[in-house]
Amino acid sequence: MDSTVDENTQEFIEKATLVSARVYRVKDMASALDKALDLCKSKQISHAGIKTDPVSTKTALVMAAPNLDEDSFTSFFKDCRKNGNILLIRDNLRKYPDGIDMGLTLVDFGIAETGTLVLNSDSEETRLATMLCETNVAILRVTKIRKTALLMADELNELIKNNSSYTAFITGASRTGDIERVLALGVHGPLELIILLVEA
Amino acid sequence: MEKKESLKAYKKRLDTALENKFLRKSLDNFAVAYKISREKAFSGMDVEGLVKEVADIKAAAIKNNEALLEEFTQKAKANGVHVHLADTAEDANRIIEKIAGKTGSKKVVKSKSMTAEEVHLNKWLENSGVEVTETDLGEWIVQLRHEGPSHMVMPAIHLSRFQVADLFSEITGTKQSAEIEKLVKVARQQLREKYFQADMGITGANYALAQTGTLGIVTNEGNARLVSTLPKVHVALLGIDKLLPSMKQALSINRILPKNATGQDITSYVTWITGPSQCKIAKNETREMHIVFLDNGRKKIAADKDFAQVLQCVRCGACANVCPVYRMVGGHRMGYIYIGAIGLITTYFFHGREHAANLVRNCSNCGACKEVCAGGIDLPSLIKQIHTRILDEEGHPLKNLLLGQVLKNRKLFHTLLRGAQLAQKPLVHKKKDSDTLYLRHLPMIFSKEHNFRVLPAIAKIPFRDRFKNLNPTIKKPAHKIALFSGCVQDFVYPEQLEAAMKIFAKANVSVSFPLEQSCCGLPALMMGEKKAARDVALQNLAAFENEDVDYIVTLCASCGSHLKNNLPTLVRKFAPKKAALFAEKIIPFSQFLNKIVGMEPMEGRGQKIAFHSPCHLCRGLKVKKDPRQLINKSGNFYVKTPEEETCCGFGGSFSMDFPAVSNAILTRKLEDVEKSGANLLVTECPGCVMQLRGGALKQDKNIRVIHLSELF
Repeated sequence: MDSTVDENTQEFIEKATLVSARVYRVKDMASALDKALDLCKSKQISHAGIKTDPVSTKTALVMAAPNLDEDSFTSFFKDCRKNGNILLIRDNLRKYPDGIDMGLTLVDFGIAETGTLVLNSDSEETRLATMLCETNVAILRVTKIRKTALLMADELNELIKNNSSYTAFITGASRTGDIERVLALGVHGPLELIILLVEA
Repeated sequence: MEKKESLKAYKKRLDTALENKFLRKSLDNFAVAYKISREKAFSGMDVEGLVKEVADIKAAAIKNNEALLEEFTQKAKANGVHVHLADTAEDANRIIEKIAGKTGSKKVVKSKSMTAEEVHLNKWLENSGVEVTETDLGEWIVQLRHEGPSHMVMPAIHLSRFQVADLFSEITGTKQSAEIEKLVKVARQQLREKYFQADMGITGANYALAQTGTLGIVTNEGNARLVSTLPKVHVALLGIDKLLPSMKQALSINRILPKNATGQDITSYVTWITGPSQCKIAKNETREMHIVFLDNGRKKIAADKDFAQVLQCVRCGACANVCPVYRMVGGHRMGYIYIGAIGLITTYFFHGREHAANLVRNCSNCGACKEVCAGGIDLPSLIKQIHTRILDEEGHPLKNLLLGQVLKNRKLFHTLLRGAQLAQKPLVHKKKDSDTLYLRHLPMIFSKEHNFRVLPAIAKIPFRDRFKNLNPTIKKPAHKIALFSGCVQDFVYPEQLEAAMKIFAKANVSVSFPLEQSCCGLPALMMGEKKAARDVALQNLAAFENEDVDYIVTLCASCGSHLKNNLPTLVRKFAPKKAALFAEKIIPFSQFLNKIVGMEPMEGRGQKIAFHSPCHLCRGLKVKKDPRQLINKSGNFYVKTPEEETCCGFGGSFSMDFPAVSNAILTRKLEDVEKSGANLLVTECPGCVMQLRGGALKQDKNIRVIHLSELF
């Protein structure tokens, strides 16, 4: 592997871990989705209010994956139902005010210096997927990790220059220290952040 | 105009805060923890360079503010944003009220915005029948308690988990436990509902990027994202000082903002919004977006050459985090809306002098804020300048005028001191630790609360009368110096200078002592008497003008720092060259002895010695290593105490104006020294000696306090 990519990846993992994100390395996109499914399966139903799968009419976990491409979504939807009793959604996230169990998004960039994810969330669904979920899972390609935010100012400018663009830097889970300066996670958004680093 | 709070009422509020044990403990822990995490966050980085970069970026943006505003407005309008400019707080409130009316918004969710606090937006909207919910946890808590934030970054730092539990029990109607994690869940649940019900979301912004018409919002909780995503209307309220050219400048500032605020490398979320974003419940699936730029005095500040730097503030709150006064009394007494050193200054501009007059006096001028300021603002000096302005506007009190008159006339001043020495005779007595005489009773002008330290008496023979007999002729001097004594050492602690004279003689240093030298002028400046400070500065320049010396040595860090840093500014219109030459020669005792003389290590008593670093030495003159090295060279052991660079609480007239706060700071300091096991405390400023020794004696501590010169 390119040595810069390797260095950036190492630093990214170190920094992201420091802000209590969990990082897993996976070899390709397919393995990333498998891992996401496993992670979701291991969750307890109930955190985010009980949901029912309209087809199987069974109680299901809900995972939102609004920015997967059409084909990936279709096949992952089937996998989720078959292997995990998980209802995969991508639309109308507003209908889930109590929250969703997992939000899965493909993110655009990583910033090694701070362990930050950069996500184009122009679509409302993408935004809500990362905000309303209990667990936020992000898929990031290692080749998209940049050393510092300043060094990628041009790439960021490309993201923000268009009208109606909404770009998020996400570093760790939603946190607060507002009561006695004691760190508490998940005050509004996700309680935890998991990053799947795709090698290829 | 609101009624001005009297100084007495303000002091009463301070006393209440000092008695609040939770607040004291919580702010104490925070002060210690903050320093450690900040240092960690910046480790290996060139902090000074970063601050300089931020200061330059902000200064340039302020200069270019009008053009940036125009560029931003054009871009944002083209994107379909409604851009408004509010001249005053009231204008901003009216604009937002109108937007709420037009859009039929009855329920508003807000993410934290100091600018909204500044204009008292919530109160305004509530009065017009709109329900406003703060969503930042700390802001929500203080909103429910009908209070303002007590810190810019941690609004509810003054409250305990038990108080929050009681509050949440009340609003949910269910008994809530005081476990923080559970309390946070309660907030999550309660607020989640509010986001979904809201018609309008109001945010502030940390950055406004002209090139793309983008807002940048920095948060940890992520509430600003929900506020700007769920409701169909988004209003952002921000000061015009938040404008920057482009992403690049914002990213540069963002490298330092979170580190300086909370010791984090970056906050959990930074959100960049360009134009109205997709909103599925809005018309055409597009949110209605408004940006309200607030002036409220900012343009006037920008045009003021002394104060334009105020707008370099990035609202990190660090100036409160390190302030010894904030630490003792908390934010509600250390600011009106904006808290900390920057709050003392902006209160005057944004909210008027009736809210600022007492606050600007409550500063010990220790300089800790200036040292950590992300925007490179000279906060202590600006606080003093505001103090002077307020006095100029309201009239100087008699005691200030008298002091000014007396200081200006050296002969009169010194005659008065000699007269006071005779008058105090029946009042003085000796204490165990030194030859210094102490006042048995405080003179009538002091109140009971000033009795927290024993005050020394004026010495029988001042240093100026002793000098001739102390000064041996040195044939081939290694160095030629002139001594600047300052009033306190001249008239109260001449023995500190006598001790130094012996060291100078041994080191083959020839010493002159110009008798026309007077008070350095700092006390006058501290009391807001700028003109008197300038007059004595000119007298001192004249007194030293013809001295053929390499250095002007001072044993008083406060005099040294004032002469080096403030004096050239004070006389810049009268004697700039002379002042520069003079200031360049000023050197503190420890640096002269350690660096210039190059004192060799000697045999000593092997005692453990703690060191208190005077504010004006470590920050004012940036001398840190020399005194500590000299302690070790004296044949003793320097022991590190946790906060030796934190102010001792003296601050000249500060300790007279706010004795209770001064005492609290002093006591904290003495406890640190006591814990170190050292019973000798060395410092390098007679003011600190007066405070620390007076306190140690009063509290019967087994700590002897001496000036560094008395160690050899």
